[in-house]
Amino acid sequence: MKESSGRRRFLKWLGALGAAGSVVQAIPPAAAQSQSHQHAAPPAARGAPMAKSQVLGYLTPVEAEFVEAAVARLIPADELGPGAKEAGVAIFIDRQLAGAWGTMARNYRLGPWPEGTPQQGYQSPLTPQEVYRAAIRETNEFCLKIYSKPFNALNAAQQDQVLRDLDEGRLALQSTRAQLFFNLLLGNTIEGFFSDPIYGGNRDKLGWKLVGFPGVAAVYTGFIDKHNVPYRAQPVGIGDIQQKLAQVDEHGHAVHVLLTRKD
Amino acid sequence: MAITKLKPVDVVLVGVGLTGTILGKELADSGLKVVGLERGRMRDTESDFQMPYVHDELKYVRRYELMQDLSRETITFRNAMNETALPMRQLGSFLPGEGVGGAAVHWGGLTWRFLPWDFETRSRTIARYGKDHMAADCTSQDWGVTYEELEPHFDRFEYLYGISGKAGNLKGAIRPGGNPFEGARSREYPNPPLKMPYSSSLFRKTAESLGYKPFPVPTAANSRPYTNEYGATINACVYCGYCQFFACEMGAKASPQTAVLPSLMNNKNFELRTRANVVKINLDSEKKRAVSVTYVDSRGREFEQPAELVLLTSYVFNNVRLMLQSGIGKPYDPDANTGVVGRNYAYQTPSSVTMFFDDKVFNSFMGAGGLAMAIDEFNGDNFDHSGLGFIGGGFFAAGSNGARPIEVRPVPSGTPRWGSGWKKEVAKYFNRSFAITIQGACQSYRTNYLDLDPTYRDAYGQPLLRMSFDRHENETKMSVWLTNKAADIAKAIGPAKMNVNPRTGKYTIVPYQSTHNTGGVAMGADPATSAVNKYLQSWDVPNVFAIGASAFPQNGGYNPTGTVGALTYWALDAIKNKYLKRPGLLV
Repeated sequence: MKESSGRRRFLKWLGALGAAGSVVQAIPPAAAQSQSHQHAAPPAARGAPMAKSQVLGYLTPVEAEFVEAAVARLIPADELGPGAKEAGVAIFIDRQLAGAWGTMARNYRLGPWPEGTPQQGYQSPLTPQEVYRAAIRETNEFCLKIYSKPFNALNAAQQDQVLRDLDEGRLALQSTRAQLFFNLLLGNTIEGFFSDPIYGGNRDKLGWKLVGFPGVAAVYTGFIDKHNVPYRAQPVGIGDIQQKLAQVDEHGHAVHVLLTRKD
Repeated sequence: MAITKLKPVDVVLVGVGLTGTILGKELADSGLKVVGLERGRMRDTESDFQMPYVHDELKYVRRYELMQDLSRETITFRNAMNETALPMRQLGSFLPGEGVGGAAVHWGGLTWRFLPWDFETRSRTIARYGKDHMAADCTSQDWGVTYEELEPHFDRFEYLYGISGKAGNLKGAIRPGGNPFEGARSREYPNPPLKMPYSSSLFRKTAESLGYKPFPVPTAANSRPYTNEYGATINACVYCGYCQFFACEMGAKASPQTAVLPSLMNNKNFELRTRANVVKINLDSEKKRAVSVTYVDSRGREFEQPAELVLLTSYVFNNVRLMLQSGIGKPYDPDANTGVVGRNYAYQTPSSVTMFFDDKVFNSFMGAGGLAMAIDEFNGDNFDHSGLGFIGGGFFAAGSNGARPIEVRPVPSGTPRWGSGWKKEVAKYFNRSFAITIQGACQSYRTNYLDLDPTYRDAYGQPLLRMSFDRHENETKMSVWLTNKAADIAKAIGPAKMNVNPRTGKYTIVPYQSTHNTGGVAMGADPATSAVNKYLQSWDVPNVFAIGASAFPQNGGYNPTGTVGALTYWALDAIKNKYLKRPGLLV
C-alpha cells in the first residue's frame, strides 16, 4: 500500500517536472543511454528533457556536469521520490562556491599550513572553490584513465564506485585529500537538499517533503502537547512569504495548510 | 599611527554580552560613566531578527551568521603539548558569538544552578572518597565561593531572565515535580514550566517507573509574557523550533536584547561603541593598576580609553587572551605547574542515546531551547562514586529543541552515509526519533590550558590564543558509565532501534559539541592557583575584574549560563558594595 502510493507520487512528480531538470545544457546521447540502463529509477527519469542551461556563478559547464552527476548518486531519485539532482542541488552548490563560503571569507586564512591531525580539522590552504576545481579535474582524469569517460558519463554503478573510493580515501588525488573533497561535496549536497529554496536547491521543497519538515515555522503552542499526533503541513519557504504566496500571522509566522491523510 | 586618547570614564566593559549588559546597566544606574566596547556590530530584535528571514537553517546553523568571524580572530588547538597547535580555521566544536548580546543571542536557554558540590569539588571529593580518588594531574579545585553565598544572585538572574521551571528544593523542603538534588532556593521560579512534547512525556513516565525523579529543565524560553526588574517584557515562547543557533523573533528567549538592553540603552551614563576591538589593557609602571584600554575601530583608528575600573566581560577566550596580552597575572606554566592565567581550562563531555521508533511520531521540528524533562540522579556527587574510577556526572534530558534537517536527521547506526539506503532512513526517522542527552562534566588537568600561540596572529597582528586540550580517563570513564545508565532508560522506553554514543577517544575540534568552554581565569581562595579571587577580581591588578565562565575552575554537568549569571550579580555586589567604597584588593 505504502510503496505503491509512494510510487504514484513519484510518477505524478515526474509528470509535473516538465522542463525543470538539469543544470547542464546537454548530456551526450551515449552517456544518457548508458545511465538509463543502470539506474534503479524508472527509465522515464533519465529520459526527462534537459532544461536550458542555467546561469553558473563559479563552476564551469564541465564541472557542473560532474557535480550534477555526483549529487544524483549521493541522494538519488528512487521509489521514495526525487533526489538531489531534481532538487537543483548542483545550482545550490555553484552559488555557494561563488559566494562567501566558497572563498572562506569568514574563516581563518593565514599560514603556515601543515596538514595537522584529524582532530585539528580543516587545514587545507585551498578554499572550497579551489578544492572543487582541483578535485573534479583530478577525479575526471582518473575516470578517463580507468573507464575512458569522464565521471558524468559513467554508469551509476561506476559512479558509485568512484564516489566510494573518494569517500574511503582509496582514490588518491594530487592536490588535496580525497576525503576532504568528498566530505565537502556530501555536506553541500545535504545542505542543498534541505536548505530553504531561496538558495537554489530544495526545489519545490522536495527535501522537506521527503522528511516531513514544514520549513518556516507556525506557532506551535496549541500543538506541542498533542502527543503522537502527526503534524503534516505543506512546507513554507522564506520566498513564499516574501512573495505573499503563503499566509502569515501577526508576528510573521507561517499559517500552515495542513495536509490530510490522502495528500 | 597616532593613538587618540579619550576622556576618562569610570568603567570600561570589554564585551557587551550577557555579563557586560548586566554590569553596564547596574553601574550606569548607580551614577557611574560606563563605556561598553564591543568588537562586533549592534544587533536588535526589531531590525535583525525578523520573520521569515530568521527561520533559515543554512544561514544560521551552517554559515554561522551570529557567530565569530574567524577571518579576524580564532584560536589555535592541539590535543597534547608535543603537537604543534594549528588554527581553528572554521567553526565546529564550539560557537562563540560576535556582536552585541554575544553568544547569549544564539544560546539554547538552559539555565541551571550548579550543585553546591560543584563549588567545592576538591574538598568534598577528598572528604568522601579520600585523596587518591582524584587523578594526580587533576587541578580541579574549590571555587572560593559557596552555593549558599551565590543563592541570592542565582535568584536575581533567574528573575531577570524570567526562567521557566519548577522548584525542587524550596528553602530546604523537597517539592514534588522539581529537581530534588538542587541546592535550596529561596523562591519558586518566576515562570511555570513550558508545555511538554511527546518525547519528554515518554521519558518522564519511564524515568518515574524506574524510580527516578524527573523534572522540567529550567529554561530562558519564557512560558508566558514576563516583565522583569528592568521593565523589559519577554514574550511567550511559541515553540517554533528555531532557538539554539538562532535569535528569537518573538523576543521570547531571554537574552541581553530582550532582558537588559532596552533600559540600558536609555541610560545617559552608558555609551555603547560597536566595532571596537580591544587589543590591550594598559597598566601603570608598577603593573599594579590598569589605567586604560587600547582599541581599534572599524576605520582602523586606534583609541586609548582611560578608566578607573576595567571589566573583562567577553567570551572565555578573550578574557584569557587579554589578561595574557596585557601582563595581568602570571601566565600558567604546565611543566612547573606554576602561574595562573590560562590554568584550569575545561570543556564539557556531552553524550547521547538516540531512539528510533516505528510506531510513534514526535513532530521533532517543533520545540524550544531547553524544552525537556531531565533527571539529576547521575550528576555531581548525587550518587556514590566508590569504585567507579571517576568523579562528576551530568544531567540526562529528553525533549524537543526543534530539529531542522540539514543538521538534525538521526539515522540508526549502520545506515550508509549516502545513497538510497541513507535517504530511506532519513525519511523514515526524521519525525520518529528522539535522544536522551547527557551534559557530562569536565575536570581540569595540568596539560589542559590556554596560552599565547608562538606562530599564528589575528587580523590586528596579535598572537592567537592557543588551546591545549584532551579528555582524560576520568571523562571517558564517566561518559561510558553515564551513557550506559541512559541506555537502560532508553531500552525501557522501548524503541525499535537505538544508538548509544558515549564520548570516548581524543577530543576533536571538528563536529559541534558544546559552546561551554570554561576556565583560564579561574577563581579561588589561593592566589597560587587562581587568577581572580572569589569576587572575580584580579589578584595582581585589583581594578580589573574578569567576569564569566572564564572563572570556572572546572566545568559541571550542566549548561553554564545560570552560574555565569549568578557570578555576574555576585561580582557586581562586591564591586558596588565593597570595591567602590574602598578601591583595592577585596578580602
